Amino acid sequence: MGRSIKKGPYVDIKLENKVLKQNEGTKRTVIKTWSRRSTITPDFVGHTFAVHNGNKFIPVYVTEFMVGHKLGEFAPTRNFKGHANKKM
Amino acid sequence: MARIAGIDLPKNKRGEIGLTYIYGIGRTTAQKILTEAGISLDVKVQEWTDDQLTAIRNIINDQFKVEGALRSEVQLNIKRLMDIGCYRGLRHRKGLPLRGQRTKNNSRTRKGKRKTVAGKKKATK
Repeated sequence: MGRSIKKGPYVDIKLENKVLKQNEGTKRTVIKTWSRRSTITPDFVGHTFAVHNGNKFIPVYVTEFMVGHKLGEFAPTRNFKGHANKKM
Repeated sequence: MARIAGIDLPKNKRGEIGLTYIYGIGRTTAQKILTEAGISLDVKVQEWTDDQLTAIRNIINDQFKVEGALRSEVQLNIKRLMDIGCYRGLRHRKGLPLRGQRTKNNSRTRKGKRKTVAGKKKATK
């Protein structure tokens, strides 16, 4: 079930503040974050985030099509490369 | 012969059911269309007059996205998911279910016909 519209999209306050701060200046650095649960807002477009996947940080460059998705959707936590080949 | 949105409607069915042969129109939409056109739901497709047929066509043209246009919209949405590389897009690429269903068994709709793995041992007692 989706989140109530009344509440608005969820974004971690710390992360949002970091983005807004960078938006004021011109300098844009990679923002390291564990907050996979944060929704991508229009403010985020053009930033690069290093999203934690439980093991390492995956760089995610945010485009305008990604608005409305969560950061975690772009950093897969499982990496299945296929079954091991038994006969070798 | 009733032809709407490039589809031949079955003539012996009730209007409500006949309209659902168009991609993008189900029972609810069919009912809405017929009520707006002022046609009883029980009238058979072949008993529609030409005026009624035009009315139905106009309503569908103005208010609903059907057939080709709708299909391409759906495809575009899927393509968008795949292009931005989000989880649902990855699942589309791999042909696996998107909504967290199990894939140990079942999910044959998405995965297609079973592919037998060679050399897989059968359980022995």
